[in-house]
Amino acid sequence: MYTAEMLSLIETVERTREKRLKEAFPRLSAAEKTNILQSYHPDHMKDSMRPVKVGPNAGEKMPHELVDVLESRSMIDVDGLALENIDYDVDVLVIGGGGAGTAAALLAAERGATVLLATKLRHGDANTMMAEGGIQAATKENDSPAIHYLDTMGGGGFQNIPQLVNALVQDAPICIQWLERLGCMFSKDPDGTLNTIHGGGTSRKRMHFAHDYTGAEIMRTLRDEARNRGIKVVEFSPAVELIKDDQGQCAGAVLYNLETEQYLIVRAKTVIIATGGSGRLHINDSPTTNHYGATADGLVMAYRAGAKLIYLDATQFHPTGVAFPEQIVGQLVTEKVRGLGAQLVNIDGEQFIYPLETRDVVSSAIFRECRERQKGIPVPSGYGVWLDSPMIEMLHGKGTIEKELPAMFRQFMRFGINMAEKPILVYPTLHYQNGGILINEDAESEIPNLYVAGEASGGVHGRNRLMGNSLLDIIVFGRRAGKNAAEKAKTVKLGKLTLEHTKSFNKELEQQGLGQRVAPILLPDYRGKISK
Amino acid sequence: MAAENKMVSIYIMGKQYEVPYGVTIMKAMEYAGYRFIRGCGCRGGFCGACGTVYRKPDSFRLKVGLACATMVEDGMHLTQIPFYPANRASYKLEELSPSLGTLLQHYPEVTRCLGCNQCTRICPQELSVMDYIAAAQRGDIEKTAHQSFDCIMCGLCASRCPAEIVQYNVGILARRLYGRHIAPRAAHLAERVGEIKAGKFNDELSRLMQMSKEELQRRYEARDIEQ
Repeated sequence: MYTAEMLSLIETVERTREKRLKEAFPRLSAAEKTNILQSYHPDHMKDSMRPVKVGPNAGEKMPHELVDVLESRSMIDVDGLALENIDYDVDVLVIGGGGAGTAAALLAAERGATVLLATKLRHGDANTMMAEGGIQAATKENDSPAIHYLDTMGGGGFQNIPQLVNALVQDAPICIQWLERLGCMFSKDPDGTLNTIHGGGTSRKRMHFAHDYTGAEIMRTLRDEARNRGIKVVEFSPAVELIKDDQGQCAGAVLYNLETEQYLIVRAKTVIIATGGSGRLHINDSPTTNHYGATADGLVMAYRAGAKLIYLDATQFHPTGVAFPEQIVGQLVTEKVRGLGAQLVNIDGEQFIYPLETRDVVSSAIFRECRERQKGIPVPSGYGVWLDSPMIEMLHGKGTIEKELPAMFRQFMRFGINMAEKPILVYPTLHYQNGGILINEDAESEIPNLYVAGEASGGVHGRNRLMGNSLLDIIVFGRRAGKNAAEKAKTVKLGKLTLEHTKSFNKELEQQGLGQRVAPILLPDYRGKISK
Repeated sequence: MAAENKMVSIYIMGKQYEVPYGVTIMKAMEYAGYRFIRGCGCRGGFCGACGTVYRKPDSFRLKVGLACATMVEDGMHLTQIPFYPANRASYKLEELSPSLGTLLQHYPEVTRCLGCNQCTRICPQELSVMDYIAAAQRGDIEKTAHQSFDCIMCGLCASRCPAEIVQYNVGILARRLYGRHIAPRAAHLAERVGEIKAGKFNDELSRLMQMSKEELQRRYEARDIEQ
């Protein structure tokens, strides 16, 4: 499937491969990192953001696409909807059926709570399913939660909330053990030792994986267990507004059945938002690795209800999205490819960055290589750089790619590209919302009885998440949210249900001349165009 | 698109649309005006939401693919199968033994396999589905687990099975039995969990949590990196 021009450029990559195998590209100094981020990372581009005019974060800059949804009005007729007609009355409502939501539901049910899990698409349709590379945990003798802590803080620009990182790294091995006991098939040696490799920005090999279907393996296992436990799940029914009570506590949500177009009222003693991220808002007009439903619904609802957001001006671009073939541009090429030794190479067959710098830095280096230095490889959508995947076969033996990266191998073979023999073309792609709804180590937001877990939350990753800390985050904080929400539910007394907060938010919008748009948008609209 | 100007005709549930050549079925359907509720998930070949069956004018064969990973072709007749009813056994994993008896107790229909190989032929992941069902019939849980590992549970196998087996549910039961009861436990993991529960790292982490940004950064820059 490569063009004749590309095939001739690949010869350059092949010519320099032997030499590069022995070549260690130097890591950047702290000053060089700051410099490259400020010059090339989209977070630092002035015209990509504006201050949000309403709500708890008024005056703070965020990407236009996020501000657009935060400054939108509710889709509900707040005066017309009868909140007294309750469809579901439960202890714990979990909003979102990905990894964080399912882990939360399992732990809440285990604590004896009645649980309802509401999700926009099918149970398991989530970024968790697409996470390929791995999950971090300091399980090896030469590693410790303290080293994991340091790596995570450094990756996040030392702006992570310390209590959250402490929870993340201390719970990590416990979570891996929980998953092992649920029957997750982590890649292991015959004696049971878990296989681990490096990720960008790790100082120990602590990336645990299940081939390159790590997220899928975790997601389908958790989903299967939720089904075994009989947890009630309503699919195709996203929450569109939080409900509070007259004492200001979170008290449920309004769901919208996408298929019957009916509203459903859920009263719940505690609510967990686990709605994931916002890649499908296409920040900076970028293609994205994210699943179809990643439209920031949880942020929108929580913001209207008065929850504070943090670090939403920090967006993660994954350095290696597919740049070619055109049909799958923007889809993820897992960091595990670099973890196994593949280098990033320009049109002249030279390395230009240490391949396992943190994601923000590697993405910036690729932008620089293509824009300023003009050493990218032309592709229909712009530029790409080579990810020299055949190196993996030379370093680890023939057949390694098909064995260790079956999803990647399959993805490229579908378009006639054998990545075990030819390098692949990559370019940064919109991947992760580093920030989100501010939480504490108990996964509580600032609104009473509202918990948040996973990508929808903010603070744990600072301004840049490390590979493998996201699958970890959803399990650690999903479990914490589920456990704490169930315990809290035992003592909660709810008052009268109300949407007063939505009404006053609508009023605030009106005063600012805003609110022409409606959010959550629930699904992106690609009708009549070719989506990114 | 590279070949933007070239258009092809496809038939979505019998209705003709002109769509750009070279795009995936999913993107073509959106171009044609569809806004998916069902039949679309990860858009990247991992979730199994977009199983699609199609025929092309030059062959009697019924073909399948994921809408997110299959390119449109001129004259293609297609429909998505975003849902197919399937029975699923419920179980307490911790109480099961990894044996043939367990598999047969939960999915007795695996013995009805006719060996027609339709499941293997239809699998968009190109798994040897019939082989892993054969392994399940023999009680070879390890083989069933490994051979079904790349399954995305799209359900196309079950849609074609004349013996009415739900192959992907047999697969996940085998994988969970393997992961829980057969695969060796990680001893280093159990040891580390014990250390954490005993509070071994609390003091060091408290110190790190209270450290200034400058001091943390100094330690970060100086940390040794495992080769």
